[in-house]
Amino acid sequence: MAVMTDIKPGFRDPVLDSQAVFRAVLDAMARPGKLHSLSVLDDVPAPLDAATAAVCLTLVDQDTPLWIGADLRSQGAEAFLKFHCGCPIVDDPAKAAFALTSAAKLPGLDGFAIGDDSYPETSTTVIVQTGGLAEGGEGLTLRGPGIADTHRLAVSGLRTGVWREWTENGVLFPCGIDLILVHGATLAALPRTTTVTEQEG
Amino acid sequence: MADVIDHPSRTAATDARTTSGYNFAYLDEQTKRMIRRAILKGVAVPGYQVPFGSREMPLPYGWGTGGIQVTAAVIGPDDTLKVIDQGADDTTNAVNIRSFFAKTAGVATTDRTVEATVIQTRHRIPETPLSENQILVYQVPIPEPLRWLEPRETETRKMHALEEYGAMHVSLYEDIAKYGRITKSYNYPVRVNGRYVMSPSPIPKFDNPKMDRMAALQLFGAGREKRIYAVPPYTKVKSLDFEDHPFTIESWEQSCSLCGAGDSYLDEVVTDDKGGKMYVCSDSDFCEQRRAAGHVGDGGDSAYATRDKIPSGDEQ
Repeated sequence: MAVMTDIKPGFRDPVLDSQAVFRAVLDAMARPGKLHSLSVLDDVPAPLDAATAAVCLTLVDQDTPLWIGADLRSQGAEAFLKFHCGCPIVDDPAKAAFALTSAAKLPGLDGFAIGDDSYPETSTTVIVQTGGLAEGGEGLTLRGPGIADTHRLAVSGLRTGVWREWTENGVLFPCGIDLILVHGATLAALPRTTTVTEQEG
Repeated sequence: MADVIDHPSRTAATDARTTSGYNFAYLDEQTKRMIRRAILKGVAVPGYQVPFGSREMPLPYGWGTGGIQVTAAVIGPDDTLKVIDQGADDTTNAVNIRSFFAKTAGVATTDRTVEATVIQTRHRIPETPLSENQILVYQVPIPEPLRWLEPRETETRKMHALEEYGAMHVSLYEDIAKYGRITKSYNYPVRVNGRYVMSPSPIPKFDNPKMDRMAALQLFGAGREKRIYAVPPYTKVKSLDFEDHPFTIESWEQSCSLCGAGDSYLDEVVTDDKGGKMYVCSDSDFCEQRRAAGHVGDGGDSAYATRDKIPSGDEQ
């Protein structure tokens, strides 16, 4: 059990900082693959990225069970999330409203809650800490609502097979999980409606 | 016209909090988190109505409590807010909501469509095309397009889940069978991204084509019915119709008496008790910008037409 003094501080201004982070996440979700840089937290408990911690402080609370992948669990991170968010931490990803995972150890996407046809919003939002995010140029081709034509996004550090599972996730529409991809203080989002094509050749 | 408040800094937002005694933008933080989660899921499932815990607001249901809660969850100190009611910035509902947020959030407000970052609307979409940097928040009275056909929520929810929209097409077909055309002129149902049938809120069907592939994010809040839904930017929004009875919008023989616009949505305004009337743009900012740019209508109001002695059309 961490003592209180070991817990890293949350937002300097909980009201305005969480508003700023929400707007970044909203725009990211509305324009899939568009990168946003946050400048709200600079001291977060390892192994959480600044954007991971900021999104949790903004959206996670006592109403939203949180699942944390084994490699992102640390005493500091758990104490931080329990203290600031007050969220229950669950062992079963299928019972989580939000999930934190690294890109390398991302569990099978079918292990999360996908909601049901009557209530598709009861699916897990999965926050994935990647090895890097870059817009334009190389990488994946994104299409779908929120994208005028196509958008290019490169994601590093993912285990293999994710995008095949993502296609299967898209077939479940209106059910399915949504992804928030994170690297350091940068984030992008992929709602379930986004189709991803890996670069040919 | 309503007052325009200078753009504030973070300090103004903080001042608004300490002087009004309310949290920034009125709602408490846990409520905002709940609404924000609902909005994000709404964006992820375009056109689907996400249930949310609608709060008591300091004005009655039917006055835009859904739109206000969505705006309160979205708005920040750097935003500039525009509020319109039936296209106009200067009606009671619009003035009150604008001053509500000026007071509780200290945000800048404006009448100009192009200056706004968040536009809350009741029953119109501005004539000026919206940009990527804007969010349009609709006030919605009845979010369920199938409600008039099926009163039970359990059933309409199932119909959406199973994509069972036959009843809606039958109701439109019955219109054609009875009247020779689809008579719905506002709240005309749309299909979002080829999946969910959605109520566009009681906008005139004239505005429906503007929703299709709009650059701005569209958010919908229904306070009494406790539903939030969304249409992401560049998303296909199709008004329901039939191949042999395609969707059409209203048109007028008249053009705006004040600015001469022939392509905007017109309100009929009664000018006296002898049957006198004029047609003016419903979008007050659009009309004003056109007049400022020198456009003049045929002067349904002769006092206006002679105001600056510009020759004003065929009635002179």
